[in-house]
Amino acid sequence: MLNQKDILQTQDMIDKRHLDIRTITMGISLLDCCDPDLKTCCEKIYNKITRCAKDLVKVGEEIEKEFGIPIVNKRISVTPIAIVAGSCETDSYVEIAKTLDAAAKTCGVNFIGGFSALVQKGATTGDWKLMRSIPEAMRETERVCASVNVGSTKAGINMDAVAEMGRIIKKTAEVTADNDGLGCAKVVVFANAVEDNPFMAGAFHGVGEPECVLNVGVSGPGVVYHALQGVKGEPFDVVAETIKKTAFRITRMGQLVGMEASKRLGIPFGIVDLSLAPTPAVGDSVARILEEMGLEVCGTHGTTAALAMLNDAVKKGGVMASNHVGGLSGAFIPVSEDEGMIAAAEGGTLCLDKLEAMTCVCSVGLDMIAVPGDTSAATISAIIADEAAIGMVNSKTTAVRIIPAPNKVVGDRVEMGGLLGSAPVMPVHDKSSEDFIARGGRIPAPLQSLKN
Amino acid sequence: MKAIVTVVGKDRVGIIANVCTALANYNVNVLDISQTVMQGYFTMMMATEVSQCNVPLAILASEMEKIGKDMGLSIRVQREDIFEAMHRI
Repeated sequence: MLNQKDILQTQDMIDKRHLDIRTITMGISLLDCCDPDLKTCCEKIYNKITRCAKDLVKVGEEIEKEFGIPIVNKRISVTPIAIVAGSCETDSYVEIAKTLDAAAKTCGVNFIGGFSALVQKGATTGDWKLMRSIPEAMRETERVCASVNVGSTKAGINMDAVAEMGRIIKKTAEVTADNDGLGCAKVVVFANAVEDNPFMAGAFHGVGEPECVLNVGVSGPGVVYHALQGVKGEPFDVVAETIKKTAFRITRMGQLVGMEASKRLGIPFGIVDLSLAPTPAVGDSVARILEEMGLEVCGTHGTTAALAMLNDAVKKGGVMASNHVGGLSGAFIPVSEDEGMIAAAEGGTLCLDKLEAMTCVCSVGLDMIAVPGDTSAATISAIIADEAAIGMVNSKTTAVRIIPAPNKVVGDRVEMGGLLGSAPVMPVHDKSSEDFIARGGRIPAPLQSLKN
Repeated sequence: MKAIVTVVGKDRVGIIANVCTALANYNVNVLDISQTVMQGYFTMMMATEVSQCNVPLAILASEMEKIGKDMGLSIRVQREDIFEAMHRI
C-alpha cells in the first residue's frame, strides 16, 4: 500500500504549492470545413467544433473531482484558419473568428486557438487576409487567440510579415484601447511554431496532426520552488537533481490526466507539454525559483544561467514521466503572469534586453510584456525580428506577445485580469529601427554547421 | 478501482464510525486503514474499493466532502492512481 508520507506530499503539492494541470487542450482538424461560401464554411466549423468538444469540459470536471487535482483550463485548438479559409470568397476572416468565439462559448472553454497563419517563407493571399483580420477579430471576440509564424530555422525570417505584424499589433492595441490594448494579449508572433502546443495564445492544430487529439500542459513552479528551499546552499548538481525529481512527479500527473481524458473522450492522447507555467498567484512564480537559487532579484547577472539550468532539468525530469513529449516544453517567463517577474520589472532590475537574453535558453520568448503606447510599429517589428532570429539560429521556438498599451508610459501598469495578470510598462530603446524594417524581403535560413 | 480516503481534522468521538457508515451506505468496501493522532489532530487514510460504489466517484467525492464539513473535518476521496503515478515508477 502507499505510505502516508506519499499521500500527504501529493495533497500538500496541490493544496499549498499550486500544483495543477494547467490545461487540457483538444486539437481539432478543420480541414474538412473548407468551402467557397463563407457562411457555409462558418456553419461547418461551428458544427464540427461543438460536436467534437461537446464533452470536453464535462470530462475535465469529472476527472478533477475523481483525482482531486485542479484542471485550470479546458481549451480547443484548430487548424490554422488561413488554411481552412483559403478558398473562401471573402476579404475578411472576422466572421470566422466570431464563429470560433461562439463555438468556444457553446463548449464552455475559455480560449480557442488557431486564428493563425504560417508565413515563415512567404504569405498566401489567405495568409494576408488573416493577418489583416486580426485587429478587428480581437476586438469582436472574447476567447479567440491568434498566432502568426514568421520564421523558422529551415526557411529563415519573412521580414515582410514581421513588418506587417508590427503594424497589426499596434492596430490591435488601438482598437482595444478601452481595455488597455488587451487584444494584444491574444496575439502571438512565432518563429519555429510547434503544431501540438496546448498553451494559449499560441495553440493551433497543425496539419500533421490527427483528426482530433488531446494535449496536456502541466504546471508547478510553486512545487519546484518549495523543493529548492530544502537544498539551500547546496551545489548545482544537487539543485538540478532536485528539480528533475520534482518535474518527474509533476509531469506524471499530466500524463495520467491526459490518458484518462483521452480515453473518456474517445480520442488519441497527443503529448504532455513539460512546462513550468507561472500564474500571478503568490507562490506560483518562475522568477522566485531563480531567486531561490541565489539571485537577489530576477534579472540580475546570473539569471540566464539559472534559467538555462532550470529549463534543462525540467525537461530531463519530465521526459521519463511521459510517453510522448511535445509542445513548447520548458519554463515560461510571461512577465504579467508571474508575480516575481512583475516585482523584478517594477523594481527596474528586469529589463527587456535581459528578458531577450533569457529567451535564448528557455521556452518561448518575450511573453506578456507591456511597452509604452507610443512605441512605433517599426520598433515592435524589430523586437519581433530579434526574437525570431534567436529562434531561427538556435533551432528553438521563440515568440513575442507584446502589448503597446495605449496612452500608457513607463511606470504605469496594465491590468489584464485573471490568469493574464498585470504588466508593468517597460521601457524600449528610443533609437529608430525604421529603415531596417522598411527593407522587407527575407532573411535567409542560417547555416546548420560551423556552429559558433 | 481503488480510491484513497483521507480524513484530517480535530479529534473527536465517532469520526471513524461516521466515515465508515457513510462509506458503507455508498457500498464502498474499506480495504485498509492507517490512523494517527498528532498533537490533537486526527489523520486517517483508508484504502477503499469503489468498483461497486452506488454513485459515480465524482459524486462520492463531493458527498464525502460535505459530510466532512458537517463534522468540521477535511475528507477527500481521490483515485489511487494519482498517488501511484507520482510516487511509483
